[in-house]
Amino acid sequence: MKHTLDAKRLLCPMPVIRTQDRIKSLSPGDVLEVVCTDPGALNDVPAWCRINGHKVLDTKTVDDEVFIMIEVRDDGEQA
Amino acid sequence: MSKQRKAVALISGGLDSLLAAKVMLEQGVHVEGINFFTGFCVEGHTHAIRKKDKAKPKRNNALWSAEQLGIKLHIIDVIEEYKDVLLNPKHGYGQNMNPCLDCKGFMVKKAVEWIKENDFDFIITGEVIGQRPMSQRKETMPIVQRESGAGDLLLRPLCAKNLPETLPEREGWVDREKLLDFSGRTRKPQMALAEQYGFKEYASPAGGCCFLTDKNYSDKLVDMWQHRSSRDYELDDIMMLKVGRHIRPNDNFKMIVGREQGENKFMEGYRKIYPYIHCSSHKGPLVLLDGELNDSDVELAARIAARFGQGRDADEVEMSVTYPDGKNTVLKVKPMPADEISEAWYV
Ligand code: SF4
Repeated sequence: MKHTLDAKRLLCPMPVIRTQDRIKSLSPGDVLEVVCTDPGALNDVPAWCRINGHKVLDTKTVDDEVFIMIEVRDDGEQA
Repeated sequence: MSKQRKAVALISGGLDSLLAAKVMLEQGVHVEGINFFTGFCVEGHTHAIRKKDKAKPKRNNALWSAEQLGIKLHIIDVIEEYKDVLLNPKHGYGQNMNPCLDCKGFMVKKAVEWIKENDFDFIITGEVIGQRPMSQRKETMPIVQRESGAGDLLLRPLCAKNLPETLPEREGWVDREKLLDFSGRTRKPQMALAEQYGFKEYASPAGGCCFLTDKNYSDKLVDMWQHRSSRDYELDDIMMLKVGRHIRPNDNFKMIVGREQGENKFMEGYRKIYPYIHCSSHKGPLVLLDGELNDSDVELAARIAARFGQGRDADEVEMSVTYPDGKNTVLKVKPMPADEISEAWYV
């Protein structure tokens, strides 16, 4: 399933927190596209994914908007 | 083999919490990190706002620490609950508006809740006796333990040998002999340990982990409270205190003047909340207005705003004023001469 998270206008670390909380409700294999306007998210969201075991499939920036595509993995967020 | 014990580490993004977690990992403890976002944390977003910082790598130091350690990090939004800590600190404020001791107690208390929910065994922090004048003294260590409800589930690996034994030590989950005995303001032992573990480029914030230790920021916060009927605040309010020049020409309103393109861009997001002014005849910054303004206030604000644009030396400029409901008026004004802008207006 593909899901979208609108994290526009939020400043880091809020996009990370929203991503983390959203992923908790998703299942392994789901894809989440996070849309942000804080360019810092381009570093922070992938860093959070690496740490917590999810996979970043793609990132791009279009007109000041940052898109981060994440595949939810199994070993994320078990704690 | 005995059961692997699990500890949650309070990760601020600074060196001490990084080292404390590492010391536990070295003892074979399973460690995960927890980081609290109060709204005041010094993080990448201010770099994101200000364009001049764009060359610097933007990173969230708590995430960076977790990645160095190879542990998971849980970032928790405590913006709402933190209001009470900031507004009513039992132990008062530090040098600025930083309620460090209450803040520590609050964060450890949240960690206690977290370990219960997630079935972890104990909590670690990077506190060091004597490191900070307000919150990290020999007398304050038991206060944090007591008020947070953590009791002897709270272990401070960097100075544990100077403190009474905690449950993880008594039970043999960790080896007390291999814990440390740091104390005082010196940073040398931390730096040596960082070197030993091969940590480089760690963050070393001078004052503390949040904006509340910053004098300029605290001044703006106090000014905001003094000019409102209540000290309550929203995330947007405290974000705005990080952006722009703040000018208060009258008690009833304040102007926020974008200092460069990055800030103007960020402030554009607030045009639906605050009335704003920009110069329509020349280039100039975006200016947000916070407060209740009458017509003469708006004209005064327009003249001041004109001072910060390229039309500052013109006889007359056109200033466009737009309200959150979309209503717009254009004022023709003479930019205020520099010497009429009182120093005292700057918050
Ligand atoms: S510096 Fe800020 S975040 Fe750190 S303990 Fe003090 S009040 Fe809390």
